[in-house]
Amino acid sequence: MPSALPDGEPMPEDGALPRSALAGAAGRPLGFYLHVPYCATRCGYCDFNTYTASELRGSGGALASRDNYADHVVEEIRLARKVLGDDPRPVETVFVGGGTPTLLPAADLVRMLAAIRDEFGLAPGAEITTEANPESVDPRYLADLRAGGFNRISFGMQSARQHVLKILDRTHTPGRPEACVAEARAAGFEHVNLDLIYGTPGETDDDWRASLDAALGAGPDHISAYALIVEEGTQLARRIRRGEVPMTDDDVHADRYLIADERLAAAGFTWYEVSNWATTEAARCRHNELYWTGADWWGAGPGAHSHVGGVRWWNVKHPGAYAQALAEGRSPGAGREILPDEDRRVERILLELRLADGCPLDILASAGARAAERALADGLLEAGPYEAGRAVLTLRGRLLADAVVRDLVD
Amino acid sequence: MPATPTNVPEPSRTDPALLRNFCIIAHIDHGKSTLADRMLQLTGVVDQRQMRAQYLDRMDIERERGITIKSQAVRLPWSPSEGEESSGTTHILNMIDTPGHVDFTYEVSRSLAACEGCILLVDAAQGIEAQTLANLYLAMENDLTIIPVLNKIDLPAAQPEKFAAELANLVGCEPEDVLKVSAKTGVGVPELLDRVVRDVPAPVGVKDAPARAMIFDSVYDAYRGVVTYVKVVDGTLNKRERIKMMSTGAAHELLEIGTNSPEMTPADGLSVGEVGYLITGVKDVRQSKVGDTITQHTKGATEPLGGYKDPKPMVFSGLYPLDGSDYPELREALDKLQLNDAALVYEPETSAALGFGFRVGFLGLLHLEVIRERLEREFGLDLIATAPNVVYRVDMEDGTEHTVTNPSEFPVGKIDQVHEPVVRATILAPSEFIGAIMELCQTRRGTLLGMDYLSEDRVEIRYTLPLAEVVFDFFDQLKSKTRGYASLDYEPTGEQTSDLVKVDILLHGDKVDAFSAITHKDKAYAYGVRLVAKLRELIPRQGFEVPIQAAIGSRVIARETVRAIRKDVLAKCYGGDISRKRKLLEKQKEGKKRMKMVGSVEVPQDAFIAVLSSDTDGDKKK
Repeated sequence: MPSALPDGEPMPEDGALPRSALAGAAGRPLGFYLHVPYCATRCGYCDFNTYTASELRGSGGALASRDNYADHVVEEIRLARKVLGDDPRPVETVFVGGGTPTLLPAADLVRMLAAIRDEFGLAPGAEITTEANPESVDPRYLADLRAGGFNRISFGMQSARQHVLKILDRTHTPGRPEACVAEARAAGFEHVNLDLIYGTPGETDDDWRASLDAALGAGPDHISAYALIVEEGTQLARRIRRGEVPMTDDDVHADRYLIADERLAAAGFTWYEVSNWATTEAARCRHNELYWTGADWWGAGPGAHSHVGGVRWWNVKHPGAYAQALAEGRSPGAGREILPDEDRRVERILLELRLADGCPLDILASAGARAAERALADGLLEAGPYEAGRAVLTLRGRLLADAVVRDLVD
Repeated sequence: MPATPTNVPEPSRTDPALLRNFCIIAHIDHGKSTLADRMLQLTGVVDQRQMRAQYLDRMDIERERGITIKSQAVRLPWSPSEGEESSGTTHILNMIDTPGHVDFTYEVSRSLAACEGCILLVDAAQGIEAQTLANLYLAMENDLTIIPVLNKIDLPAAQPEKFAAELANLVGCEPEDVLKVSAKTGVGVPELLDRVVRDVPAPVGVKDAPARAMIFDSVYDAYRGVVTYVKVVDGTLNKRERIKMMSTGAAHELLEIGTNSPEMTPADGLSVGEVGYLITGVKDVRQSKVGDTITQHTKGATEPLGGYKDPKPMVFSGLYPLDGSDYPELREALDKLQLNDAALVYEPETSAALGFGFRVGFLGLLHLEVIRERLEREFGLDLIATAPNVVYRVDMEDGTEHTVTNPSEFPVGKIDQVHEPVVRATILAPSEFIGAIMELCQTRRGTLLGMDYLSEDRVEIRYTLPLAEVVFDFFDQLKSKTRGYASLDYEPTGEQTSDLVKVDILLHGDKVDAFSAITHKDKAYAYGVRLVAKLRELIPRQGFEVPIQAAIGSRVIARETVRAIRKDVLAKCYGGDISRKRKLLEKQKEGKKRMKMVGSVEVPQDAFIAVLSSDTDGDKKK
């Protein structure tokens, strides 16, 4: 079951933004996130907004199907152009995520990208990423994407162990993601990421080391490693509640994180966000960095979130309702929040503290500054950057980032 | 069915020879209220139309729990039927209702002292219960004439022969003398009233002496102030007279005097042997105390009637509002309840862990439960109640003496002796449970006083037990070990010196006052281990390792550790997660505010409630 949307105020029908949102826009990069809400099967741990039915209808009869899905997204990209008006910024990053984007024909992904290029233009050297399922791509498909303008690809590898993949309901065979990296390289992709998950019930430290080694052996320039989060309402949460699979202890997650950081560092990867490592600065995911640095992005597709100048909004979740809104010329936005300054400050702390660059000490209030001093003394913040006016987490601090944030926002 | 008697004698002009003052002793659910209802109907003081079930029980809680907390007295006219020697003459029966629970023994004793006879009412399907037996003994000590009655003889499960034999045994009569009634259908009730007239002696007092009236109940009424129930032992009290409370010497105007039949009915006065109510305008039952003697202000009696005692709280508990800002409401609620409850005492108390609250003294556990329930229900308060404790007297080697009502105030230094209250407990149960009961009493530091068979398969076991052991979960244990068949009564019998120690709980080296407990030396270790283990489950992991220790003085007897938290970070943070994450952060900050800081350790409020409430699962599972 997909997770719930946040509470907020209603979105205006035409999707118009308050004037304040576009103030100073020229100084901020602009990105696009395109959501593809389809999967062949739903994985037991997943709470993303995705559907396995290929056709869904809105209440007014509008049809959302895999076949016409790209048309709807193109429609929303045109709406974005209208809402952003004469904003002259070209797009710096595009990220197609899901769901499983590669369930759509490569031509559809290329067509959505083309709409962005037509309406906004792409900045020179723009980062164009798609997520891909190792089972749903082949060299031909990859070549088509590359030819259509994609230059970065992210494969959901999760684990190199069959029994771990089974708990996660992942259908690919071990070894396939590594082969995908080679195929992507051959197709001319500059940047390749592998997503890994640790702390799956039944996974051992050695299983995890094997997954890291297999991923590194494939030669990506970026690795994301996420602790498995058991989200309420998922099949996995029910299985754990029924006692069919054990819940992973937080200490085990901590151990696995340390293993990951050690192995990745030894292989020449550097962390730049709590769960993300890259070989070089250029290999970092610039699109995700937009999220973490308060930049602007437009999220198109059902349930997608957007942020422009302190306004966050989110679309209706159901593909049918989404198609219906666009068919009636309405914004598919379901709700939004206009962030007061204090909330923007809190968000900066909670996002930037997760980064290797950290967050500037001068945005902390006096109680937060005292908390930072204590965190430094407790070995949670790095001394060098602290001297230079920045709060940067130590390795132990990264594992306790949320606790540090709670204290620093005071 | 007899018609309503004519020529009914009026209050203040009733020949004592026609008076019969009696009460009903019965266990909860054995049908006392139903029997009282039937008597009200048969004697015509309540007509069919006005009748409602349990007419005399006024408080909602009483009606709901089927227990009577406050007693009352009702004046019933009754002419015995033909064949009786006194047939045709209208007699006055004063039915004095007694509270039915162990905590109110003193009130019961005063009600009994106002009577010359009592009806011992027992369920014909269940036999006598411990509290009833205790009250029966109390009645016998007061030389009351006992009329044994089996109720509910209409029930299929009734065993009238068996229990008639049991009652005959206890009372010292023949089984044939035990009356058999059904309060529900009314069968046997007229005969019972006839028997009251025949067997219960008329009150004997000195008519032409200064008035002496004993207070056996005192009730606060929001409209009328305190209504005081008395039995006039000697002389006469007249309306508009000035009266004096002999224990304090305080004088009051007699604004109204009268009898209940069953509503309050003013009269000219109450004369020797009569039972009724009086109103003086005082607003607090403490000014009109149960057991006190009332006389005329001028030319009054000089010697009070015997038996007066100040109510003495036996069990203490700290009551704290869950939300600290409710403290003024809690004070106001206690003030209001105290108007009607002379036994309720309290004083402000501050706990480092729980904030501002009150240390409240109660007669016993039921009293505590009733008060707590009324505070929560009638006043809408959410409370944390600390585990109940008794009062200790501590003699120091330097000769000073301390009275400890709160474990955290247990003195430090060289202690010579510690005294704790003890009770005489009476347990009635089927004989198959003797072993289980004895085992329980032994583990609770009991001393066997004796054992008697009431009938072939029912036994009465008497123990001396420390009150502290009884207030801690004893009744629940007794019930579970006897599948609910045992009944318990206890009465305070004094003090004993015991090897008692205070066990403190330390979190990260800081003592937590609310968790301190006084326990027997031999049990301190088990207590410490249990509490420390429980806290380890309840205290969340913190940024540092938190040792939890139980200690006697400076000696640590148990230790657990809450390991430092190693991971507190959500792995993913996509664009869509940001609002969610910020809202989660706000929620976590709120949660942090609800934590109580004990030194540097954050302790969730729930942990306090779980450890302190006397009905925690940990205690039940033992």
